[in-house]
Amino acid sequence: MTPVIELEGLGVRFGKRDILKGLTCSLSGRTIGLLGPNGAGKSTLINTLLGFYQPSGGTARIFGHDIRTQIKQIRSVVGYMPENDAFIANMTAVSFIRFMGELSGLPSEAALERAHESLFYVGLGESRYRKVGTFSLGMKQLVKLAQAIVHGPKLIILDEPTNGLDPPARQRMIRMIKEMREVHDLHIVLCSHLLRDVEEICEEVLILKDGRIVHYSNLEEERSANRRFVEMEPVGDSAAFAHALEGLGCECAFSANRLKAVLSDGIEIRDIYRLAAEGDVQLRRLNYRRDTLEDIFLKAMETTTNGSL
Amino acid sequence: MAVYKRSYRSYSGRLTPAWSRFFVLTRYALRNMFRSKFLLAVFVLSFFSPLICALLIYLNHNPTVLTMIHARNNEVINVNGDFFLGFLGVQGGIAFFLTAFIGPGTIAPDLANGALPLYFCRPFSRAEYVLGKLFSLFYLLSFVTWVPGLFLFGVEANLSGAGWAWEHRSLAVGILLSSWIYILMISLLAMALSAWVKWRIAAGALILGVMFFLSGFGAAINAVMRSNIGYYIAPGALITRVCAQLFGLESPVPIPAVGAWMALLTMCGICLALLGKKVRAFEVVR
Repeated sequence: MTPVIELEGLGVRFGKRDILKGLTCSLSGRTIGLLGPNGAGKSTLINTLLGFYQPSGGTARIFGHDIRTQIKQIRSVVGYMPENDAFIANMTAVSFIRFMGELSGLPSEAALERAHESLFYVGLGESRYRKVGTFSLGMKQLVKLAQAIVHGPKLIILDEPTNGLDPPARQRMIRMIKEMREVHDLHIVLCSHLLRDVEEICEEVLILKDGRIVHYSNLEEERSANRRFVEMEPVGDSAAFAHALEGLGCECAFSANRLKAVLSDGIEIRDIYRLAAEGDVQLRRLNYRRDTLEDIFLKAMETTTNGSL
Repeated sequence: MAVYKRSYRSYSGRLTPAWSRFFVLTRYALRNMFRSKFLLAVFVLSFFSPLICALLIYLNHNPTVLTMIHARNNEVINVNGDFFLGFLGVQGGIAFFLTAFIGPGTIAPDLANGALPLYFCRPFSRAEYVLGKLFSLFYLLSFVTWVPGLFLFGVEANLSGAGWAWEHRSLAVGILLSSWIYILMISLLAMALSAWVKWRIAAGALILGVMFFLSGFGAAINAVMRSNIGYYIAPGALITRVCAQLFGLESPVPIPAVGAWMALLTMCGICLALLGKKVRAFEVVR
């Protein structure tokens, strides 16, 4: 299967500043999350993939099309929802979306039909004859989403789609993105600094820091992996207790005064209690826990790598 | 299926040819322009001059009228290069006024509302964007300049016979070329200023200001240096010189025609460079 995005030593330089530094990776997931702190290079990466910035080194491919030589082919299969305000103020929503559809190559009638559909789909059906300039921030976000999907792209790039949305609107946006994810042959790249959004939506996560890739995680694999994480707070001879757990085939690790364990097959919670009782160890706390995206992200922020996976 | 019941679906229908998509921009830009009643009124007024000229040409060929008014040399007007140059001078003034009014609305709103990334994330280049916007101005201004000019040429040719048209074919070429270079120059100037001054009203004022300032500055240079160098930065003088050459007339602007052409094309080049600097999805801050 052709990867959705392939980066091959991709570098971007503005003046004397290296913004992206030799990024190399291959992403094939249906929903790909781009994470990183402010200034990490997420938006620059997106803009480079769309051909807005010229790479200073290396290259990238989207569905096998090279961004240096086949940018028109790339743009014809991509829908982009920018982070900042982007609209034509004195147009009605339906005219605006139709216009964008026609620019993408849809014939006028098809563009009109799809403009109505897109606006109903994002929940702006009743406001489609209002001028975009009069919309609230949340509605403008939805209009941006509608223009990104009007031409039926194969890949949708969403740059901070939940920015400025109140909690219900955010939930609705996430639900919509999840719904779109289910559509056959549609891939989504979500760029956000909100870990919760990425965790809810994405299968793969690429974490950037200072223009380098510091971590790649396949959340879907991790979710589906049959590993059981338990976090405990033992009091007593916890080292012997951990040793006993390892004797049952569990993986153990201490963090502060807590013991994290990955239970092996066939080991149940009652076995842990039994071992604790045998070692005269009190368990003050025991809960299921695995690394959240926040843990992954925080660990990645402490890491420095050479930009490649 | 009712539109509100539809969910997201991809598009697999027919696509328009890539080369024709800049016309979409032109079509929407023209629709936007004609929303203004003021523009519509000025546009309609611009047809009065051609109608009057057409009437004069008709009278020129009506012996009854010529006898009635005891016309000198048996003609009301002489339909020659001077006639068409004068006609284009009037129409050019209206075209410039229209450009100053509508030009700022071409690019400034897109820049002010950050719409450029939405254009350029599609299979649509910066060149096509500029071409689309330019074509909207070209289309509008054509109906003020060379279209009525050629209409008058056609009226005269119709009344004088095919021989006149063939004999004066250089006039038709002059009408076309002088109108095109004029439209190109004022349109590019309007678009470049519109791109750099995002506030529409200020951009309109700046278009008028730049034209008058350059003409005044050029005249001042000529007066101070006692030379003709100043004409090279005065767009009005350059257009006059070029038009005089195209119509085969003596020019009041004493500079070589080649120099005037070069100066005009340089101005167009500068405007394109200014546009190239601003018409980008995102500005790169170095």
